[in-house]
Amino acid sequence: MNKISDTFKHLKKAGGKAFIPYIMAGDPSLDATKGLVADLESAGADIIELGVPFSDPLADGPTIQRASERALAQGVTLRKVLALVEEIRKASQIPLILMTYYNPVFKYGIEAFAKEAARVGVDGVIIPDLIPDEAEDFLSCARQYNLDTIFLLAPTSTEDRIRKVVKASRGFIYYVSITGITGAKLAIGDPMKDTLDLIKNSTQKPVAIGFGISNPEEAAEAADLADGIIVGSAIVRLIAESRDIKDFARSLKPLTPNP
Amino acid sequence: MKLKKAPDNKGHFGIYGGRFVPETLMPALIELEKAYKKYMKDSGFLQELGLLQKNYIGRPTPLYFAQKLTEHLGGAKIYLKREDLCHTGAHKINNAIGQALLAKKMGKKRIIAETGAGQHGVATATGAALAGLECEIYMGTEDMRRQSLNVFRMRLLGAKVTEVSIGSKTLKDAINEALRDWTTNVRTTHYVLGTVFGPHPFPAMVRDFQSVIGKEAKQQILKAAKKLPDCLIACVGGGSNSIGLFYAFLDDNVRMIGVEAGGHGIDSGEHAARFAGGSLGVFQGCKSYLLQNDDGNVLGTHSVSAGLDYASVGPEHCFFRDAKRVEYTFATDEEALRSFALLSETEGIIPALESAHAISEAVKVAPAMPKDSIIIVNLSGRGDKDVQEVARIKGIEL
Repeated sequence: MNKISDTFKHLKKAGGKAFIPYIMAGDPSLDATKGLVADLESAGADIIELGVPFSDPLADGPTIQRASERALAQGVTLRKVLALVEEIRKASQIPLILMTYYNPVFKYGIEAFAKEAARVGVDGVIIPDLIPDEAEDFLSCARQYNLDTIFLLAPTSTEDRIRKVVKASRGFIYYVSITGITGAKLAIGDPMKDTLDLIKNSTQKPVAIGFGISNPEEAAEAADLADGIIVGSAIVRLIAESRDIKDFARSLKPLTPNP
Repeated sequence: MKLKKAPDNKGHFGIYGGRFVPETLMPALIELEKAYKKYMKDSGFLQELGLLQKNYIGRPTPLYFAQKLTEHLGGAKIYLKREDLCHTGAHKINNAIGQALLAKKMGKKRIIAETGAGQHGVATATGAALAGLECEIYMGTEDMRRQSLNVFRMRLLGAKVTEVSIGSKTLKDAINEALRDWTTNVRTTHYVLGTVFGPHPFPAMVRDFQSVIGKEAKQQILKAAKKLPDCLIACVGGGSNSIGLFYAFLDDNVRMIGVEAGGHGIDSGEHAARFAGGSLGVFQGCKSYLLQNDDGNVLGTHSVSAGLDYASVGPEHCFFRDAKRVEYTFATDEEALRSFALLSETEGIIPALESAHAISEAVKVAPAMPKDSIIIVNLSGRGDKDVQEVARIKGIEL
């Protein structure tokens, strides 16, 4: 069994929810990212998402766009992020997910990427511009190397799309809480909850909520509705201001009744 | 012929095209595909569109025999398809009006668009005014500076013009921002993509709205010359004016040439010749040829013509190129500027710098062709918008 599914299983047993912070690899430097991963792990992260910088991050809001620009300016590439994971693995076994746009992976070669990602210790990938309909080749490579591919759903998703995505997604389902881009304002309301109910009714796979969670109150509210929460922009903003992220990360972690 | 069967039901032109977008947009793309398929067969819609094409856009546009240019080059007869005479000054309006009408039928309240040179922005703002829709146009800071006249035109038409100041601050960044807006406001908003690019159904839909160019040209040349042309030439940015001209002739024995922006030359790295200098990639919704580095990041592009200054090209063009149905070449900035002057002086027509790239190719191939052979060049837009930029390049203060 994969480490991501394992993590959700253990948490579920204890009545806990997964805390999944996101940071941009290479912002402000690859060395700093290594330290930030350790900080997040000590602050209670269950899984960590590492962003891969890309020239045209069309699903991201300004905060992550700028982080991506800063990382690119440092010369950070997919290749270097994979090397970073190999480096991190010497000290930590926390489940790691790469969040990357499709073109860097496509250019790298999808089989070569899946093989190398698995070798260095990546557990899963999120590719926001790759939908299951276009992912056949990628999925067959990812499965071959036991790499989880996590697909996304949104409040706009129809039952037809939910069926398709839920079937293809492995590790968990990433539920985009808002109709929008990363870092926008969270709106927990009926349309959001209705779609979430549809998703939960159609799968046993864990569901994590992301996009727009920016403070402990929202984190707690979202955690109540799902199996985990993902927080990106709010943490990336602190990093951009060269501020410590440990206390903030700790405050986001959903409480577990029997830790 | 199987070329016309593309795309398949997932939007693939052979290995190209498809849908590479955030899941949030999928329901909207499916809704749009359904609406497009329904209304392209709806006689009421087609009649409404046909009337607007005639009375509002000014179609059919003339097919003009450029006698003086022909004599100057001393070979094939050159005809110009006068898309520059369309309302708003370029072929872009064919698509913008079609999509604005479609958006209204779909019950959308608002349309958005990206623009580089401003032509598509102006066309969309025009369509919005006509259809009574709210309109917002995304434009890179750099392009807003270069095309301030068009920014003002869009505002006169009631559109909100939003500056995009991230990334390279040009067309590709404006598309990213328009896609972000669409992702956020998808329930009420339609995204009027300006060219045969992006996720399915845009490449096929924009092609269908532009194919009126070739349908008219075919009838017109058969009437004027009693035979088909030997060669068609059009510039290729995203590729909508060229597909618009080519599509009606696909099954005919007619040579077709698409002309990309060669900028300062391929070796300089400062160009937008995706076929000569790019490789297969996935960008802004589809799989196509892309100017990118070894790590899959998209490269900056350069062309004297803002409308051709884009890192990727319509997926159907890649498909036609693989099938050897269309040839692709490029013209440099310098060649385009020479043709800009040549057409102005010989014919009294100031072409858009985009269209001047197509003229450059005619200048190259016409002299070697027999005098009874025929070339149709798509004069996709008029050059008024470029006059200031050309003066600046020549060091002339206006």
